[in-house]
Order: sequence, then structure tokens, then C-alpha cells
Amino acid sequence: MTLLGQTVAVAGKDLRIEARGRYALGAVLPFAGTLLVAFGLSLGPGRTLLQQTAPGLLWLAVLFASILAFRQAYQAEGEDGAIEGLLLSPIDKAAVFLGKAAAVTLELLVMEAAVVPIVAAMFALSLGDAPLVLVGAFVLGTIGLAAVGSLFGVLVESPRAREAVFPLLILPLATPVLVAGVKATELAATGRGGQAGSWLSLLVAFDLVVLGVGTLVFGHLLED
Amino acid sequence: MSSAERMMALLTARRGERILAGLALTSLAASAILSLVVSPPDAEQGNLIRLMYVHVPAAWVAYLAFAVVFVSSIAYLVTKRTRWDRLAAASAEIGVVFTALTIVLGSIWAKPVWGTWWTWDPRLTTTAILLLIYVGYLAVRRLPDSPARRARWAAVVGIVGFVDVPIVHLSVRWWRSLHQAPARLLGVPDVSPIMGAALGIGFLAFTLTYVYLMAVRLRVGRLEERAVAEALSPRVGQPVEVLMEEPARG
Repeated sequence: MTLLGQTVAVAGKDLRIEARGRYALGAVLPFAGTLLVAFGLSLGPGRTLLQQTAPGLLWLAVLFASILAFRQAYQAEGEDGAIEGLLLSPIDKAAVFLGKAAAVTLELLVMEAAVVPIVAAMFALSLGDAPLVLVGAFVLGTIGLAAVGSLFGVLVESPRAREAVFPLLILPLATPVLVAGVKATELAATGRGGQAGSWLSLLVAFDLVVLGVGTLVFGHLLED
Repeated sequence: MSSAERMMALLTARRGERILAGLALTSLAASAILSLVVSPPDAEQGNLIRLMYVHVPAAWVAYLAFAVVFVSSIAYLVTKRTRWDRLAAASAEIGVVFTALTIVLGSIWAKPVWGTWWTWDPRLTTTAILLLIYVGYLAVRRLPDSPARRARWAAVVGIVGFVDVPIVHLSVRWWRSLHQAPARLLGVPDVSPIMGAALGIGFLAFTLTYVYLMAVRLRVGRLEERAVAEALSPRVGQPVEVLMEEPARG
């Protein structure tokens, strides 16, 4: 089986788990919604302020919610020693990393597709001007985010895992996603989508670096 | 044993440690005299320029320390030798201390010169994120229960964290330049030869201090490992070397 085939197999397995357990949809999505309502309440009903802060708040909600999705992707492996089976199966370790990243990317994209219209409505954000830039920013940003999360999600598996360590590691590493994602969204929302090219290419660079380095080193996180 | 390893063994022996301590202290004293007494006040900033002689070398040591973490992390994954892991761990701890020091010193300098403790300048922001990434690195080191696993996990974080830094820096630089014009950065002040010398000695002193701290931390790392090995050995309280040398007895 090629690396691609193995990746698809791992991703398919994770997506089946999600389809049957509906964790991302049933818990992560409501969490993102709760965050956004809390953000709105903390800022007050002033329309201009909400409009200005909406892109940042949207991406923060995605970032925090994604942490939960990554945890789930690996917690499922911890139950009933499922990870042993994954490790013993005759597949490339890189396929586990890429497959999990692909599955989480899809889950997060579905979640974002639901969250973005809510934000657009609640924060009076106009998103129709540059839909391609918006889609590009979310797809590219989510790939990078999912790559970082799938790489270090293994750490959740530690018997001494402390709740805070995982986000402490992921959030600073994902700074480029936050910055570039927010900027591209902001430009798309203010009718300046044409200027977002450099931000999108920054996201591409981040994705390539994390996926590339991740593919190289992921095996070392698993071997025992 | 390669010459680099022999060098490391020499420097981390007690004797080498004392020599290093002497060199570091002497150069720190020389740096203090040069930067506080001998060098002239700056035309624009007056005596505040003296902060440069500690702030810039501290930043240099921070970056040096994290580069050492990066290289030793790769070396560990390639060779699987514990010494590389010890080196990475020691360097990360010292790097975190110096990054924090850089930020504090920079804040103290920024307050009178820029009129604010903090500005979202790209270099400041990158340094703050750098600090967070390596605090995360140290947190990961405390997670696993087996030393081999800890070393592997830490090495991966050490590699990914370092590779991430240039992208983080690029992103915050663009982020900043698309905002209002950034607060005027300190241009390179008119550097007289004596100021250059003070800065040079500062670099030397901080680098020697780093090497000295590394030597101490590496020795402590070895002692820690020995203590764990002793505690786990069947004859608690006896040095493990004895056990290894005379396996037949007992």
C-alpha cells in the first residue's frame, strides 16, 4: 500500500469514529459557539467594535475549539489500547500523522463552515466580497493547525499528561496561523481581498514546513 | 570518542568548571567596568545606552541556547545517545532564563526611551513567543515517565519549535507593518570604538557565562541520572559504579 493509501485509510478510520461518535459536531462546535457568545458579551453590543474584532475572535474560537478536536483524535487511540494496534499495523508512521491531520482538517472545516455564518450574523461581518480568499484562508490555516495538533496530540497519551501542557505547546507554535488567518479574514471582510495574497502564501509556507518536518520526525514520537 | 565529546567531558569536569567560572566572572567584571565606567554616554540616550551592553548579549545567548537545543535534538534522534538529550535540556533551561532576562531588560530600556514598557514590535513579539515555545518544551520534558520517551518527545519539540521561529517572526513582522507606522526603532546608535569594545566584551562575558552554566547543568544532569539509577538499583545507597564493576559480588 502506498503512503497515500495508508494515509487515506487512517483518515477514513478517524472520520468513521467521528461519524459514529459525533464528538466534533456534538461537543466542539457548541463549545466554539459558546466562546463566541462569551466574546460578544465581554465586548458589549457596540457594532463597530464587534465588527473590528470579529476576525480575531473567530480565529481564536477556531484555535481553542481545535485543541479539543486534537485531544479527541488521540484519546480515542488510548482507549482499549487502540494505539497498540495502530503501531503494530504494517504502515508507515508518517501515514498515521498525515491521516490524522487530514481527518482533523475535515472535521474542523465542517465546524468552521457552521461557525463562520454565525459570526457573520452576530458580529455584523460582511463576508460576501471575497469568498475565495476566505475559503483559502480557512482551508490553509486549518491544514497548518491540524498538522501541529496531530503532531503533538500524541502527548495527550502520556500517563502524566497535564491538561495545560498541550495548549501551552500548540498555541505559540500556531502563531503564524492565527496572525495570517485573522489578517486574511479581515482583508476579505473589508473588501480588500486582493491584498491577502502574501498572507495566504505565508499559510502555505507554514503548512509545508509543519507537514514536512512532521512527516520526518513523527515516528520518533511513537516508537517505544 | 570524538574530539568534540572529549572537549565537552573536559569542560564539564570539576576542574574545567572552575576555570570556566573564573573566566566568566573575570569577563563579566571587565564588561561591567567597560560598560558602566569606561564607555561614554550616548549622544541621544545618555546613560540609558548602557543597558545595550547587557540586553543585546542576553538576547544573543538566548538564541545561541535555542540553536544548541535544535542541533542536539537532531543529534539525539540520529544517535539516540543520552548526552545529546542532557545537552538539549540544559541549554533549553538556560535559554528560557536568558530570554526572560532579555525581555525584562528590554522593557526597562523601552520605558524611558520609547515611553512604554511594551510595544508590539516584531522583535519583541517574536521573543515573547520564543519564550512561550520553550516554556512549553520544558513542560513537555516533565510529561513522560520513561527517560527514553522524554528524550524523544523533547527532541521533536526542540526541532519543530526552532523551525517554527522564522515563520513566526515573518508573520508578526508583516502583521506589524500593515498597521500604523511602528514606533521608531532604535537605530544603531553612533558606535564609537570604545562602545564597540564594551559590547564585544559583553558578548564574550555572556557567552562564557552560558558555557559555564551549561557545564554546571550538565554535571547536575549526570548526577540526577545516577541518583535515579541508584534508587532503582537492588542495593540502594551504594554507588552504581561499584555494582557495575563487581557484578559477581552479592
